[in-house]
Amino acid sequence: MVKCEECDAEIKIPADSIEGEIVSCPDCGSSYELVKSEGGFTTKPAQVVGEDWGQ
Amino acid sequence: MTEGKTSSSLTLLYDTIRWEEKAIYEAAKKKGIEIKKIDCKDLVLDLNTPHSEFHSQIIIQRCVSYFKSLHSTAALEGLGAKVINPLDTAINCGNKLFTHMIIQKKGIRTPKVITAFSSESALSALDDFGYPAIIKPTIGSWGRLIALLRDKEAAKAVFEDREHMFPLYQIYFLEEFVSRPPRDIRAIVVGDDVVAAIYRYSEKDEWKTNMALGGRAENCPITDELEDICIKSSQAVGGKIVGVDLMESSKDGLLVHEVNNTTEFKNTVRITGINIQDMIVDYSLRYPIN
Repeated sequence: MVKCEECDAEIKIPADSIEGEIVSCPDCGSSYELVKSEGGFTTKPAQVVGEDWGQ
Repeated sequence: MTEGKTSSSLTLLYDTIRWEEKAIYEAAKKKGIEIKKIDCKDLVLDLNTPHSEFHSQIIIQRCVSYFKSLHSTAALEGLGAKVINPLDTAINCGNKLFTHMIIQKKGIRTPKVITAFSSESALSALDDFGYPAIIKPTIGSWGRLIALLRDKEAAKAVFEDREHMFPLYQIYFLEEFVSRPPRDIRAIVVGDDVVAAIYRYSEKDEWKTNMALGGRAENCPITDELEDICIKSSQAVGGKIVGVDLMESSKDGLLVHEVNNTTEFKNTVRITGINIQDMIVDYSLRYPIN
């Protein structure tokens, strides 16, 4: 479980998560990238969309 | 695929782990395959080294950023890696004008397109080409900056904006507005097989069919004609694993309007139940490294 940097809500990190995966805050929708740390994951704000993204 | 030496391990290059990247990673793990994940944002490459650690490595290119994907593919392929898809495919698919020219030269039907290189010539050309028409950026995805030009006034407004944008947006790629059902087709090609296809329906009050814009999807049967067109399109761009987008023109039949070199397939798996991630892993393990 981590705290949303925007609204302080709790974000659940699924057990099968992998580094680099994006998780979203259930309350405000902010997106975070999972970063591996000792004993689990921390988060950093994720780039949501870039001008050259997609297929 | 040409016979040759293959690799027993894989590398997944990404910049964001979406559903697709996680599915490929987990499919490889489940098969007991060694798969390394590399975040392109952390990648630093010495372009002059004669002995790169990436030489003869199979790299599944999955960067969602087109420019990160294109340039990392160029660098890694130059260092001797086998990137799926290769650089030629990324170049051919990343630009709608390049794709159009390559596939229509192979006799694959495409929507009618004109291109012009100034707003004045584009406006003048549209007088003959006719309205409505679609303007698309030559590089871009998810329906961004694509506009329906219903008449000359709409075209003037859009073109005026474009004159103040990055020079790429002053390449006027103008496509006919194809009369079709409110859907298009996304077919996934792995090697020489069309493995699954879906219809993508437009959202209400939206003429674009991109799933990123909230459209819905349904299974699409793979007919002999669809299969033939998709295989030819993939081969034309040098594709290994691609997504081919088609429209069903009421006048001209199936028209290919895009080939995607880092195709998304989450919705195709969800709708068809076909395990595309497994097929991608299996194909990559068969890919020759010499």
